Amino acid sequence: MHPILTHHRRLALYLLAWLPLAALLRYLMAAVGGMSAADSFVLAFPLCLIYAFICLSAYYSCRATPLDRSTISRIVGTHATGALVASGIWIILAKFLAYSLSRTSTFSDIDSNFGPQIALLLDTGVLFYLLSISLYYVLMAVEASREAEARALQASVLAREAELKALKAQVNPHFLFNSLNSISALTSSNPAKAREMCILLGDFLRRTLGLGEKSAIPLEEELSLVHSFLAVEKVRFGARIQMEENIDKEAMGFPIPPLLLQPLVENAVVHGIAHLVEGGWIRLDVNASDGLLSLVVENLFDPDAPPRRKGGVGLANVRQRLAARYGNRAGFEAKADGERFRVAISIPEEKEGRSS
Amino acid sequence: MSAQRTIRAIIVDDEELARQILCEYLAAHADIEVVAGCANGFEAVKSITEQKPDLVFLDIQMPKLDGFEVLELVGPGTEVVFVTAYDNYAIRAFEVHAVDYLLKPVSAERFEAALERARERLSGKLPHQPLPAAELAAAARPPSQHVERIPVRDGTRVFIIPVAKLDYAEAQDDYVALVSEGKKHLKQQTISSLEAGLDPSRFMRIHRSYIVNLERVARLEPYGKDSHIAVLTNAAQLPVSKSGYARLRAFLDR
Repeated sequence: MHPILTHHRRLALYLLAWLPLAALLRYLMAAVGGMSAADSFVLAFPLCLIYAFICLSAYYSCRATPLDRSTISRIVGTHATGALVASGIWIILAKFLAYSLSRTSTFSDIDSNFGPQIALLLDTGVLFYLLSISLYYVLMAVEASREAEARALQASVLAREAELKALKAQVNPHFLFNSLNSISALTSSNPAKAREMCILLGDFLRRTLGLGEKSAIPLEEELSLVHSFLAVEKVRFGARIQMEENIDKEAMGFPIPPLLLQPLVENAVVHGIAHLVEGGWIRLDVNASDGLLSLVVENLFDPDAPPRRKGGVGLANVRQRLAARYGNRAGFEAKADGERFRVAISIPEEKEGRSS
Repeated sequence: MSAQRTIRAIIVDDEELARQILCEYLAAHADIEVVAGCANGFEAVKSITEQKPDLVFLDIQMPKLDGFEVLELVGPGTEVVFVTAYDNYAIRAFEVHAVDYLLKPVSAERFEAALERARERLSGKLPHQPLPAAELAAAARPPSQHVERIPVRDGTRVFIIPVAKLDYAEAQDDYVALVSEGKKHLKQQTISSLEAGLDPSRFMRIHRSYIVNLERVARLEPYGKDSHIAVLTNAAQLPVSKSGYARLRAFLDR
């Protein structure tokens, strides 16, 4: 697509830019070619209008000889030829215009004075043409860098989305294999319980996979995911997990990114409760006010627990996702205080319409 | 089955159901007696040192001490079969050191095969391979992760020394003496394997027999004609070898 012809605004600006060139040509015709003021005026302005359109063709030869992929001789050759051809055509048209105008009584001298103008028209024709060439090369460079920018931006957005998707979809393999081991143990000792755990695990996995694809879900849905996770873990850990919930009913419909709370509770189980011989509590506090949701997960942990074999992926994941989505409008704080570990998150309410 | 002596086994796992299924698999073998089930690392060390079982099924992730720490503390006298759900680094370490391990969910076939090998080693048909506990633990540690604490055992009691509280370590035959907060703890480990696990930016081997916590070094003093000693903040004096001196000097002059 032609960068100027296809945009009305640009075309108008382009023609406007030719006005000073036309004035220059008029001045040269009078001063150097010895034409009268009226003659040079009536000739220079239409000629420049015509030449403005002729020079539009320079775009195509620029396209055909890109600066970075053509030899110098080719670039020089192409544009020298183009300049000569364009000026040649221009001179012929100028002669024709002068001849037509000389038929009128006002400009009867115009054709006889045309001779000295030919050299002038050739020089200015070549000069104007080369100016257009440089204009197009600049336009092409701007276009190319804008495209590259857009591509880079798009690539980074895609990469981030892919990463987030992968992070969201992750099911802790440790959790999965341990749960399967529990089921395997229950099949002989308590088949009914084994079946129940299969169903709980299936339910949890289905929810996780389904939610990973959504952009936002009501808090209520995330809570039921947390409950189905805990139901599985309670089969494994028995009475070692004591869950306490203090949830603001107003907050149930608050939209949150899926799999935000569940990893925090999982973290509390894996790094907290799992290391306590007698087990311990996990407390979940949820409050909503003034368009801000505050989530606090607190749990007991053993400060002298064996070093983590793989550390903090769940928390890092949540922190990263919050930052990517809300920037500095979301809060994230995780800290250990004696035997308590506390993660506090606050997220703003998003306007409707942001969907995946 | 020929007449065999009874094999005494201990099962270590913090999850009751996980212990239960191993018990169930073992119940089919009349020659095996499960003498204890342990739900955490401290219990495991206590039971193993008291009961001296022939065979231990050892989970890796547990409260108090992980499976590798338990193995380090109880020494190489027992046949160990590790049990884990999912741990790439640990599994690679087991492969490298040819240690028997079971993956959860534990299949009956794998279990029987591991049991058979343990039996053959116990009856002397296969050589008993004492497990190189520290090397195994080092191989199972995720890369770039250093030892943060050192468990030591005194009888059936376990002490944990956080490395920040370790002043220095001294080799004593097959043991290392770990000096921390004015106390000396003996541990059956080579000084080289201890050195390998410690963060080299915090600890330095300054002598064939000494590793020092760099934060504790107060100054270097000449000693005799051309040797040196390091004086620690608690006034302890440690010999420094020639190459140790060069390294320590370079560190102190930074």
